Amino acid sequence: MPVAPRISVQTQDFNAQAEADLLTNGRKDVGALVSFTGLCRDEAGTLTALELEHYPGMAEAELTRIAEEAIGRWPLTGLTVIHRFGKIPPGDNIVLVVAASSHRRAAFEAADFLMDYLKTRAPFWKKEHLVSGGASSWVEARAVDDEDAARWT
Amino acid sequence: MNIRYFAWVRERVGIEEETIELPGTVKTVSDLIAHLKSLDEYHASAFEEEDAIRVALDQVHVETDAEIGDAREAAFFPPMTGG
Repeated sequence: MPVAPRISVQTQDFNAQAEADLLTNGRKDVGALVSFTGLCRDEAGTLTALELEHYPGMAEAELTRIAEEAIGRWPLTGLTVIHRFGKIPPGDNIVLVVAASSHRRAAFEAADFLMDYLKTRAPFWKKEHLVSGGASSWVEARAVDDEDAARWT
Repeated sequence: MNIRYFAWVRERVGIEEETIELPGTVKTVSDLIAHLKSLDEYHASAFEEEDAIRVALDQVHVETDAEIGDAREAAFFPPMTGG
């Protein structure tokens, strides 16, 4: 039976180690665990925060669709995706993907795929708030993200 | 039909959400965009760069040639930048 992914869209921070433990505790079939954490960077000291807007309902639904596609492609024993929204200062966590499998290749690839698809398909938008106090602006989508996502088709 | 806007599309339209009666001539997402553009200058400005806007019907991504059918919610937003 395919595993059910754990999906969460939330304002509060997450604990990557605690999430990883949930996928391995009490199990002996997990041989590989890949965890990716995306953080807010300060863009050379120019940012006070990123503001993450999301489409409530669709964000969870789309993350679930992407996670289920990963579960269909790789033999995973567990998969967790957490994405935060709201105002996030530099240094804080934004997104977490944890993929567990019996073997490393599936765990690496599933986590990589998840992030590529999440960036181009999950309905989240970043707005930059500047140290200078200048007008905040929306981050523009990058063509390289589309190219990364196209690697999996 | 319930219409939702996000990110800079929301800022340009000036509202997050609205309910509109669809004219009988509106069959596809493209028709809906043309109708919304005709409402006022704010909608017209939001949809000025039509190619830069993404669409979801009932919270599923679709292309602009998609039929609206019996969808209850349409959402318009820029390319996504999460992660």
